[in-house]
Amino acid sequence: MSKNNATCLSAASASKQVQLFVPCYVDQFFPEVAEATVRVLEVAGWTVFFPREQTCCGQPAFNSGYWREAHRVARTWLAAFRPDLPVVAPSGSCVSMVRHFYRELPWRRAELRRWQDLKPQVYELSQFLVSACGLRQWQGKLPLRVAFHDACHALRELGIREEPRLLLSGIQGLELVEPAEPEVCCGFGGTFSVKFPELSTAMAERKARALVDSAAQAVVSTDMSCLMQIGGFLQKQGYPIRAWHLAQVLAAAVDPSFRRGFARNERQETAPGPA
Amino acid sequence: MKLQSEHFRENLPAFLNNRQLRQNLAHATRTVLARRQALVAEIPDWEARRRAAYRKKKALLEDWDRQLAVFAEQAGRRGVQVYRAEDAAQAVALAVEIARRHNVRQVIKSKSMLTEEIGLNEGLAAQGVEVTETDLGEWILQLAGEAPAHLTAPAIHKSTEQIAELFSRKLGRPCPADPQELTRIARDHLRRKFLQAQMGISGANFAIVEEGAIAIVENEANARLTVSLPPVHVAFIGMERLLARRQDLALFLPLLTISSTAQKLTSFVSYLTGPAAADALDGPRHVYFILVDNGRRRMGRDARLRQALYCIRCGACYNACPVYQTIGGQAYGWVYQGPIGAVITPELVGLERAQQLPFASSLCGACSQICPVHIPLHELLLYQRHRIVAAGLTPHPERLAMRLFGWMFQRWDRYSKAFAWLHRLPWQRLAGSWSRTRRLPMLARRAFRQRAHSLFPRNRPQ
Repeated sequence: MSKNNATCLSAASASKQVQLFVPCYVDQFFPEVAEATVRVLEVAGWTVFFPREQTCCGQPAFNSGYWREAHRVARTWLAAFRPDLPVVAPSGSCVSMVRHFYRELPWRRAELRRWQDLKPQVYELSQFLVSACGLRQWQGKLPLRVAFHDACHALRELGIREEPRLLLSGIQGLELVEPAEPEVCCGFGGTFSVKFPELSTAMAERKARALVDSAAQAVVSTDMSCLMQIGGFLQKQGYPIRAWHLAQVLAAAVDPSFRRGFARNERQETAPGPA
Repeated sequence: MKLQSEHFRENLPAFLNNRQLRQNLAHATRTVLARRQALVAEIPDWEARRRAAYRKKKALLEDWDRQLAVFAEQAGRRGVQVYRAEDAAQAVALAVEIARRHNVRQVIKSKSMLTEEIGLNEGLAAQGVEVTETDLGEWILQLAGEAPAHLTAPAIHKSTEQIAELFSRKLGRPCPADPQELTRIARDHLRRKFLQAQMGISGANFAIVEEGAIAIVENEANARLTVSLPPVHVAFIGMERLLARRQDLALFLPLLTISSTAQKLTSFVSYLTGPAAADALDGPRHVYFILVDNGRRRMGRDARLRQALYCIRCGACYNACPVYQTIGGQAYGWVYQGPIGAVITPELVGLERAQQLPFASSLCGACSQICPVHIPLHELLLYQRHRIVAAGLTPHPERLAMRLFGWMFQRWDRYSKAFAWLHRLPWQRLAGSWSRTRRLPMLARRAFRQRAHSLFPRNRPQ
């Protein structure tokens, strides 16, 4: 598989080294997703580095309107990554923050130049594998019926639609179903989900209904934030649909040590729905 | 219309818990979105048209003062009396004055959001002038004593059954839940009003600078009757409604009608160029254009917010917004709702009174994606949030928390220590509002960065 993907990246990445950008909430809540991302990149033939000076892209503050605080954190982000190697993150939302919304911040001239150099090198995982590396399909085997949920920022700000579906379609035994309204937001929206919990939940409910109707065993997405919302709702309401990050599914397909939890899915298939 | 947007949060449960409302909204928005999508698919250069419309509006508003002057001059040349109103009070006072001048006791009105914005109906009623809304949706709401719930489909939140029940109650006779029959009943009632009225009031979808004329887009012919039957006509025109040339309508009309009602063209487009000639059989003898500012020019001075003035009021962003689909328009508490409402209401009624609205969005971007004139709506929502924070309107604990975030996340060692400390807090209890309906994830025993040592023994690129 690794022979396919040395194509369209810059000469600097001929060494096949990549910097891992781990969103703060993935680092702290879902380290297994970051580990899966490392595994996936390694299987694709890349050597992965984790610049430890990184913390967060600053989006929580930015989206709440606190652009000055966001800038403080964004400077840390900018200093942590080298412009000469690709940066890959298991998140569309954080990548979009760096790629698009950093332009709103009051950078000094040198910082601005650094950002402009870095910006085109920052990728969401599936975007990196498919669009940048030219990978057409993923390999391995995982018997699972999954619905792919389009994360809003990945879809609308990065234009990621086919990439994850393409990768998933290569996995043996994996069946991809399209739920109704796959492009409608799950209602997470960062602090929105805390500021307006009932409204946010009503949106999750609609998403959950579409997933249940699709008969999927699992919902898969590029972003853990959406999955926190959708999966959190499904679980609290007692639906037997699991939420997996794309990286986890890709890793599980090629590496048995990443299959923990997937077996439970099969058991839960016969479990009763909500009361 | 009474401003309620500062009570957005308190009013929210009433809308969220209204199952019937949510059903009506889901059905109506899904239907119109699907039909719109089918039409857009037939137009290969739809995206290019959106960008062209954006460019045209941008160029026009960069030359706003001159364009307004030319419009007024051209309209004046055709015998229209043109006024400018700085604010709502001035605009209403002008209408009252014109009504008095022509001895008007009854007014018929076609749909106009601007007149809702300035509170025209209440202003005229206070002077003893009877105003009848003649757009079917608006008339339904006038009967119900409610505010519109959508830009182009004001009664979108009501089912046929609810409308039949309303008619039966208000008209004192049983009315069947049949759209055709209900329309006939409304028509009978309104026809009398059309014939009695001494003055017609309309809005304007587009104001054509080169001709000093206005275009009114509709499906029910009520606007056509409103501009042609009574001897006096008053059109309220938002200052940003301008288009340079009549031929621009070829671009903008389908953008509007496809986006709003999913029609290639509406049944009627009326083009009002001025008073009827002395020997004409019909048409108003006196035509007034009132150009209303009411905060628009102040908004236009901010280069980013100026983009919100490109809006052609199609309501597509309402339909596409998952928040709007869930709570409807009335929840927003003012005339303009949905994503565009959350952007412009703070400008029109003041940042403070509308400060909750820009935050009531998941920032999914469906609005920006559907806007026919390419307004980056969700980016403007972000910008408004920033302005609200910069104005010091957010609660003190939140400001403190954000300052702490900025400090903590500025350095990785601080960040690591802070999270180690967070582990000791009753995290689940802190996020009560989240976990009532959703399982909250646990902080991992070991963060990824702590595992990274063993994953990458020599963690430096070569």
